[in-house]
Amino acid sequence: MEKKRYKDLVDKYTPKEEIFYNAIIAFIIGGIMGVLGQALIDFYSYYLTIPTKEATVCMIVTLIFLSCLLTSLGFFDKFVNFCKCGLIIPITGFAHATMSAALEYRKEGFITGLGANMLKLSGAVIIFGVVSAWTFSLLRMLIGVI
Amino acid sequence: MTFKYKNVYINCAATVTGPYEAKGPLSKYFDKSYDDLYFGTNTWEDAESKLINDAVNILLEKNGSTMFDIDLFISGDLQNQLTASNYAFSGQQPSFIGVYAACATSTLGLTIGANMIESKEAEKIICTTSSHNNAAEKQFRYPVEYGGPKPKTTTFTSTGGVAALLSSKKDGIRLESATLGRIIDSGESDVYHMGAVMAPAAADTIYKHLLDTGRSVDYYDLILTGDLGIYGKEILKEYMAIEYGIELKNYDDTGVMIFDVKNQPVYAGASGPACAPLVTYGYIFQQMKQKKLQKVLLVATGALMSTSRVNEKETIPAIAHAVSLEVLS
Repeated sequence: MEKKRYKDLVDKYTPKEEIFYNAIIAFIIGGIMGVLGQALIDFYSYYLTIPTKEATVCMIVTLIFLSCLLTSLGFFDKFVNFCKCGLIIPITGFAHATMSAALEYRKEGFITGLGANMLKLSGAVIIFGVVSAWTFSLLRMLIGVI
Repeated sequence: MTFKYKNVYINCAATVTGPYEAKGPLSKYFDKSYDDLYFGTNTWEDAESKLINDAVNILLEKNGSTMFDIDLFISGDLQNQLTASNYAFSGQQPSFIGVYAACATSTLGLTIGANMIESKEAEKIICTTSSHNNAAEKQFRYPVEYGGPKPKTTTFTSTGGVAALLSSKKDGIRLESATLGRIIDSGESDVYHMGAVMAPAAADTIYKHLLDTGRSVDYYDLILTGDLGIYGKEILKEYMAIEYGIELKNYDDTGVMIFDVKNQPVYAGASGPACAPLVTYGYIFQQMKQKKLQKVLLVATGALMSTSRVNEKETIPAIAHAVSLEVLS
């Protein structure tokens, strides 16, 4: 059978992913994460009288801590499976990816295991985060000059 | 390439599983199941070796043999360099051969062993195979705790260790013939759709086996493929009909049988080198001993996947090896 024809046969028996349903879930959960983040900023700035800018950093640290804790306790992968990009895109996804790799490779030693592999998944986020930040800053600068 | 055997028997077999298999519909047919995935060890790699050791120990106990009676171990698993097998048999008395054909390892091991028994080069051979869900996830996919959403066509690596004792003593199940498959590239490259990757290899081996032996599909009470999953199973049926004009009746897939696909979090079903032999040595042998099944063709299917080659946008080659099993008359 030619490969093209086989591909059609495979497609015939491949179920469609529920893209719309997944998007709605991710949209709602992502929204809830946003509300949670804002609530944390308000909490830190109102009750602990931290300036808003620093309160934002405190909010991020709190979310990172919570996701790392839940990953370590073994819950977070189940949440991610259900919420999908609602939890993967925010900082929680980054923390989860880093923490799960750290847990996995800890047994291979602190340097050769944990140190070398901790950013196995999230390393790409850092690299391309920096590259895109640099690109957009350059664009903004150029537009500013014109 | 098909071999016919006059005097090769699987005298005894042992199966050890992890928790997911123990919650599946075939749980009562396994010799031993664990509730967790570490089995008292510290690492996934070590846990998988323990599965093999447990299966061998149960097998020897069942058969009343000792390590000194065994000439050779033939073993394989999914870990790089066959780590689980190499560490499991480290320091053991019998000689050792490590074999790799991904999830088709079990039937490859049986075929090599059967040839040695038939030619009287060895008297007793133990063939073992293992896979461990988390060891496989760590090596081929993402860290275990990452989880990550997967498509519906993904297969779930089964956790298990199996051992089978081959000899020329007329006892147990007869290994009647075996067909070694060839590597087939289906043109598929989706690591989350291994059923589609492996179906043409399974079809090719089934066809060659029937051609070499001059049999039709009706000869067998049951034809079993390794781990195509619910979608791969349908693809194989249609592929066989179009390509070879063979309608697969009396056909099932061990990847679908071992789990309750609808209610367990296993996506399209089970995969892994342990999947096909767990179902066969546990459930199918029981059925054969009760004479509910007389002749069974087991076609274990393996996707010869390399994570580097897939990242380099290459397609995934696949292979399938078949063994024909018969009830003693």
